[in-house]
Amino acid sequence: MENCLLKMRHIEKRFPGVLALNNVDFTLRKGEIHALMGENGAGKSTLIKILTGVYQMDAGEISIEDTAVSIRSPEDAQNKGISTVYQEITLCPNLTVAENMFIGRGNGGWVRHKEYEKRADEILKQLGIPARSSQQLGSCSLAVQQMVAIARAVDQKCKVLILDEPTSSLDDKEVNMLFDLMRDLKSKGVGIIFVTHFLEQVYEVSDRITVLRNGELVGEYLVEELPQVELVSKMIGKELDELSTLKECDEEDLSQREVFYEAKSLSSSDAEPFDFFIHKGEVNGFTGLLGSGRSESVRAIFGADKVTGGDVTIKGKHAKITRPIDAMKHGIGYLAEDRKRDGIIAELSVRENIMLALQVMNGFFRPISRSESEAFADEYIKVLNIKTASRETPVGSLSGGNQQKVILARWLLTHPDYLILDEPTRGIDVGTKLEIQKLVLKLAEEGVSVTFISSEVEEMLRTCSRLIVMRDRHIVGELKGKDLNQAQVMKTIAGGEA
Amino acid sequence: MKKNKRSFGGLGQLTIPVIALALLILFNLVRDLIFIYYLKVPNYVSFFSIELTKNNMENMVLAGNLISIINGASELAILAMGMTLVTAACGGQDISVGAAAAIAGSVFVKVLKSSSSITGVTVAIAFVCACIVAMLFSSFNGTLVAIFKIQPMIATLILYTCGRSIAYWINGGATPTVDSPLITAIGGFIPGIPVPTPVLIVIAVALLFKLIFKFTSLELFTQSVGINGSAARLNGINSTFIKLLSFIILGVCVAFSGSIGVSRLGLINHETLLIDIEMDTILAVAIGGNSLGGGKFKIGGSIIGAYVIQMLTITLYAMKVSSTDVKAYKAIVIILLVVIGSPVVKAKFEKLMSNIRRSGQSISMKGAQ
Repeated sequence: MENCLLKMRHIEKRFPGVLALNNVDFTLRKGEIHALMGENGAGKSTLIKILTGVYQMDAGEISIEDTAVSIRSPEDAQNKGISTVYQEITLCPNLTVAENMFIGRGNGGWVRHKEYEKRADEILKQLGIPARSSQQLGSCSLAVQQMVAIARAVDQKCKVLILDEPTSSLDDKEVNMLFDLMRDLKSKGVGIIFVTHFLEQVYEVSDRITVLRNGELVGEYLVEELPQVELVSKMIGKELDELSTLKECDEEDLSQREVFYEAKSLSSSDAEPFDFFIHKGEVNGFTGLLGSGRSESVRAIFGADKVTGGDVTIKGKHAKITRPIDAMKHGIGYLAEDRKRDGIIAELSVRENIMLALQVMNGFFRPISRSESEAFADEYIKVLNIKTASRETPVGSLSGGNQQKVILARWLLTHPDYLILDEPTRGIDVGTKLEIQKLVLKLAEEGVSVTFISSEVEEMLRTCSRLIVMRDRHIVGELKGKDLNQAQVMKTIAGGEA
Repeated sequence: MKKNKRSFGGLGQLTIPVIALALLILFNLVRDLIFIYYLKVPNYVSFFSIELTKNNMENMVLAGNLISIINGASELAILAMGMTLVTAACGGQDISVGAAAAIAGSVFVKVLKSSSSITGVTVAIAFVCACIVAMLFSSFNGTLVAIFKIQPMIATLILYTCGRSIAYWINGGATPTVDSPLITAIGGFIPGIPVPTPVLIVIAVALLFKLIFKFTSLELFTQSVGINGSAARLNGINSTFIKLLSFIILGVCVAFSGSIGVSRLGLINHETLLIDIEMDTILAVAIGGNSLGGGKFKIGGSIIGAYVIQMLTITLYAMKVSSTDVKAYKAIVIILLVVIGSPVVKAKFEKLMSNIRRSGQSISMKGAQ
């Protein structure tokens, strides 16, 4: 391996109660795009954080270009030529592109605007990034901002570039722009570590794949030698046949059943008026592009935003839902899109997070006893297979998928009649995704109505028997039965039927 | 492995206040030993000595440094309990508690003065009035914070500034005295009970909090609101109500403190009653290991924090430090406490402990081989 750039050997990292990395090897060659794959909690982020100096490893060795190094801090990593571009853009949107590329780079505190802009323009041109150096960063699209972050990293003599979920907020065209840039850097000899949840993207751009599972190395593969199905099964450690057999759509006529919830021209401060209904035991979904108003609509159903109008009937009776607590009292549960901001109470324990919604419904003066809440927590940790050191562990220290399960447990514990799940599978590994999809179908079988929102159309097709399509904050179509296929959904989203 | 999470002594949040208290006790022990066995000072009275003496009311009462610490910190401890709740729910502090206590104290005295004779019933009525007024003022603070979303420190700056003027108006600018054995008993000792009454009131208030936490969801809801207000709202928690409630509960604490303060002196001096106590209160909450940014809290920590502050003061007095210098020395100790409790030092300490543990493990493993 003469062109070996980065070698990590026998890396070990412990956290309280967990062995996060156990004897993991990772090798990156010059001019290579190397995908790092694994479920949430597999150890990807831990490995990256060790490499960038955020965490210190407990055992193992790292060498760059055959020289052993120890990485003490993020600055240290940067000085050694390791740069990272994170999922969330960490630049300052109110500064110009050039300023963003050069601030904080130890040049004696003098800001030489002209010189910076000239150099920045050169770099941007060289990398083919469609931005001007004097432009405010905030005025660029997300993709361009991401590329500026990469340009900044590359200009700092970087040898190893880590891209952590760089595409999660980009659309297809922007993703392609980013990929062109990655290929360009690759041809210049930069080694790129690519972390993503999107399998197709891995196959489009990577040369090699390293798979981690439960903190252990599964293996390193050339992309050509590892078909997609096999990759998934290596990631989750089981064969994937179950995926396809998830829903043999029981095309029994749902319209015979009673309508659980119906809204006529419901509107909120954030949602345009819309009509909506759901049968008992039905799984339906809202789909549409980001910003099409799908989340805003379900938020209006739950009373999460200020409800401004509309007629709501629940089980045939008129109902008034203006606040979340009203919805909860009518048996509606809502798993919010943004888990960190609207879901978890990070510093509270798994137990407290699970009991929260039920406690609120019980009321201020009827607290659930300690022993009862412990029993609830234990039950759902088992049922949903939540991986946590104990029920008293702060929920913030769990992996994303397990946090999501805790919030699911919170709502399941209230025994809702109608559950709204907004992006329950975002940023979650394949295995947990599957578990959540199965759970949704099981709930429906038990008579719970579910509204399911996901960015992945495929996932919605697998679980929903009716899809409501939104565009520009209005419902533009409803698909069911034989219309429920990818092509038709795409066509409706894009507005091709007109 | 599970223990690791709470390491740093295994007490979790209570580590810092407990260590601080232990250090102060140790310091005084050492000082005692030096004076008694090394310097052989004749008639030296140990810092920890407690004796049963007759006070000027002919009651048998406990006296000594420890008693004056526990007694003197009563107002502070009660305010710290309420402040903990406000801090947790709102992520900010009420700096008007001293001024509000002066108002509550003035009302207490005003009502007592307006009755012809002071009986148990009049004292109770006076306290209830003080309570209601304090709750009104604290709900004014709470409204600014919970409904108008003004930063707590700014919102309570208003009452901080004008509170003592209001207290001044209540008694028409005078500083009336209350001369009654009942009031003396509240501020000092109840005949036949050697423990100072304020200490008993602290215990009662602490029990009250305990009961509230047992029979309501206040603790869970307050922490949820403080940690993640948005998520709390989407789970149906009325965060405005919780924030307002925390202020109202603090109002009750203010009424207790104000009434105790008045009873100790037998008069109301709106200018000096519990002056500067807001800063000590906030400090007690911080020393108690509670984040001043809100979220998780431990009332017990704040109570210990209050006693730590008072013990520090009494220790300094016992060392014959003049009352003007005490503040400077206090500041030095507090800097130390806050730095030791800071996340940076905590992380370093935890790392050190895990290294020691690991090397200990590897040695024992080698020994086994």
